[in-house]
Amino acid sequence: MSDHSNCKKNPLAIDRRTALKGLATGVAALALPASDASASVWEAFFQKHFRELSKVELKQVLARLSKEYSEEYGKEVTVKATPAIEGVKYGYGLDLSRCIGCRRCVYACVSENNQSRDPQIHWIRVMQLDKEKGVDLSRAEHYYNPKSVPEDGHFYMPVQCQQCERPPCTKVCPVQATWKEKDGIIVVDYNWCIGCRYCMAACPYGARHFNWGQAQLPAEELNTDTHYLGNRPRPIGVVEKCTFCIQRTREQPGRYPACEEICPVGARKFGDLNDPNSEIRYLIENKRVFIFKEDLNTQPKFLYFYAT
Amino acid sequence: MKNIWSFFMGTLVLVSKGSKAYYIWVGALLTIAGFGVMGYLHQLNSGLAVTAMKDQVSWGFYISNFTFLVGVAAAAVLLVIPAYIYHWKPIKEIAVLGELLAISAICMCLMFVTVDIGRPDRFWHLIPKVGLLNFPQSLLAWDVVVLNLYLTLNLVIAVYILYETYYKRVPNKSFTTPLLLLSIPAAIAIHTVTAFLYNGLGARPFWNASILAPRFLASAFCAGPAFMIILFLLIRKYTKFKIQDAAIHKVAELIAYAMAVNLFLFGAEVFKEYYTGSVHLAPLKYLLQGLHGYSALVPWIWTALIFNMSAFLIFLIPETRKNHVTLVLGCLMVFTGVYIEKGMGLVVPGFVPDVLHEIYEYTPTGIEIIISMGIWATGLFILTMLLRVAIPILNGDFHVAADGVSSHIGDQMFFIGKRQKEREKEKAESLE
Ligand code: SF4
Ligand code: SF4
Repeated sequence: MSDHSNCKKNPLAIDRRTALKGLATGVAALALPASDASASVWEAFFQKHFRELSKVELKQVLARLSKEYSEEYGKEVTVKATPAIEGVKYGYGLDLSRCIGCRRCVYACVSENNQSRDPQIHWIRVMQLDKEKGVDLSRAEHYYNPKSVPEDGHFYMPVQCQQCERPPCTKVCPVQATWKEKDGIIVVDYNWCIGCRYCMAACPYGARHFNWGQAQLPAEELNTDTHYLGNRPRPIGVVEKCTFCIQRTREQPGRYPACEEICPVGARKFGDLNDPNSEIRYLIENKRVFIFKEDLNTQPKFLYFYAT
Repeated sequence: MKNIWSFFMGTLVLVSKGSKAYYIWVGALLTIAGFGVMGYLHQLNSGLAVTAMKDQVSWGFYISNFTFLVGVAAAAVLLVIPAYIYHWKPIKEIAVLGELLAISAICMCLMFVTVDIGRPDRFWHLIPKVGLLNFPQSLLAWDVVVLNLYLTLNLVIAVYILYETYYKRVPNKSFTTPLLLLSIPAAIAIHTVTAFLYNGLGARPFWNASILAPRFLASAFCAGPAFMIILFLLIRKYTKFKIQDAAIHKVAELIAYAMAVNLFLFGAEVFKEYYTGSVHLAPLKYLLQGLHGYSALVPWIWTALIFNMSAFLIFLIPETRKNHVTLVLGCLMVFTGVYIEKGMGLVVPGFVPDVLHEIYEYTPTGIEIIISMGIWATGLFILTMLLRVAIPILNGDFHVAADGVSSHIGDQMFFIGKRQKEREKEKAESLE
C-alpha cells in the first residue's frame, strides 16, 4: 500500500506556512482551505446540502466530483445520483441457518463500496455465536479466525445497517446530514456531515463507521461506478455506512447488492417489500423471522430468518 | 466612542500589569495553551486517528471534559439563588463572579466540541438558516442553541453590571434581576439538555436511565460550587475583594446536600442494575468491577467515589466545613471526584461494551491530553483576564475619571502583596 497514486490530500491538512499565516490572521483561517487552493475546494466548501441542490447545481456537483476523483485516481470515475425508484421499498433477509461465517460478504462489500483499506473499514461485521446460547451478544466472538468455517457448535450472524424504518441515527444528526430516502435506504451526505459522531452513539447495531484518518484506497482497486450517496470515495472526518449498494440496486435493470451476490450458500435475500410476489415477502410470510433488538422499535428492514 | 476606547485602553493596562505571581500564572497558561494549539494542528493534519477513539468508543476524553464543564457552567450561576435567599452581602459581586466563571466554562465547552468534530471547517452547517440545524429533532441541535443562549445571557448580565459600575452608576435592578432570575432556569436547561443528549439513546443502556438528568444536576451542584469556593478564597486572599465567611460556609453546606443526593441517585442506579441483573448490567459492571478482565476505569471510579464520600463528610460536619484547610481539601476532592464520575466515568461506559458487545478499552492518547490541557489553560486564561478587569471595577479601583471620558485606575496591582495587606491592617487598627 505504498506506491499508489492515492495519497489524497487531507482537506484539513495545513502546512507550516499556512499554519503560521493562520495564526497570524486568526483561528478561522486555520479551518479554511489555503488561499492557493484550487477553486473546487471553495466550491466544495460552500456546497449546499444534497437535498437543497437544484437540478443544475446537482449536475455541477457531480461533474466536479467525478473530475476530482478521476484526476486523483488516474482513471475515469463516474458519480451518479440516481433517485429512488417510485413505489419501491427495499428489504433484506439473512438466513441464519445457512450462513457459514466465511466473511466473503465483508470483503465483497469493501471492494464494491470503496471502503478504506488502511485503516480497514468494514460495513459488515460477522459474529460467531454459540448454538446452545442463541443470540447472546455477550458470548459473541468478533474476531474468530479458525482454519475453516463453519465450526462445530457455532452459528454466524452478519450485522450491517438494518435500514431501520424508524432510524435513531437520522433523528439525532444535528445538521440533517443523514436521512431516510423514499426507498427506505438510510444515506449520508459526505459533503455535509460535520463528523460529530452523534449518530454512531445512537445506532444500536454498530452500523456507522467514521473516517478517523484519510482513507487509503489503491487506484487499481477503486470501483469507478459510484453514487453520490453511496460508494464514492469518502473524505476524512465523516461517517459512512451500508446503503444496500445504492449504486447497484437503484439502476434499471438493477443489480443485487454485492454481499448478496457473493454469498456462496445463498443465505442472503434481497428484494422489494412492496412487491407481494417478491422472495423477501415470501420469506417474511412463511419463515420464522428474527428481528434484531426488536424491543428498541427501530423496525429494521434487514431481517434474520431461519429457512430450515 | 471615546469612552469605549479609553475603557478598552484601561483594561489593556490592567491585564498587562500585575505581580510576579500573576505574570508566572499567565505565562504558564499561555505556554500550555500554545502546546495545545500545536497538538490541535497535528490533529487537523492527521485526522482524529491521532486520538484513541475508534468506531467502538466513538466519543472519549474531549466529550467527557465537555460534559463536566457544562455542569460547572450551570452551577456557577446557580449560586445566585442562595446569594439572594440568604442576602449575602456582596450579592452583585458573587453573581458577577458566577457569571464570569460560567462564561469561561462555556468557552471551554465550545472548544472541546470543536476539537472533537471531524470537520470543523463545516461548522457553519450548524448555523440556523445558513446551514441546516436539525432543530427540534436533534438534542445536539438543542445543546448548540441553549449553550449559545446561555453564553449570551451571561455575557449581557456581566458586561452590563460591570459597565454600569465602571461609570459609577447603580445597575438598574429592573433590568438585572429578571435576567439573573432567567439565568437560573437557563442553567438548569443547559444541563438537562446535555443529560438528555445521552439519555435519549435507546442503543446505550448505561445512559438510557431516567435518573441521568437528576444525577447530572446533583453532581453539577457539587463541582461548580466547589470551584467557586476555591475561587472565593483565592480572591479574598490576594485582592481587596471581601467575601464573608458565612457565605463560603453556606456554599460548603449546600455542597454537602447536593453530594448526598448525588450519591443516593448513584446508589439507586447501582441497585437497580445489580438486582435486576439483566444484560444492561454490563457497562456498570465494567465501570465498577471490570468486565472479562478489562478494568481500566475501575481504579478511577473508586477514587472518585471515595473522594466524593469523604468530601460529603467534610462538608457535613461544621468543624471541618469551617476549617479552611479541610474545606479546600474537600473542594479539591469534590472537583476531582465529579470530574472522573461525570467525565470519563459517564461517557466511556456508554460505549463499553459496545452495541455488539465488543470491548475496546479506551485510554486517551498524549495528543488528546495535550489538546485538552490546552483548552483548560485557555479557559483559565479567559477567566483570569475577566477577573483581572472585573475585580478592580467591583472594588472601585477602575472607573471612569472625573472628566467622564478617560479611565481612572486607582491600584494597578492584581495581587496585593503581603506587606500591603499588613499596612492596611495597621491603618484599620490605627483608625480604631
Ligand atoms: S442500523 Fe444503525 S445506521 Fe442503519 S438505519 Fe438503523 S440506526 Fe441507522
Ligand atoms: S457524524 Fe455526520 S451524519 Fe452523524 S450525526 Fe454527526 S453530522 Fe450527522
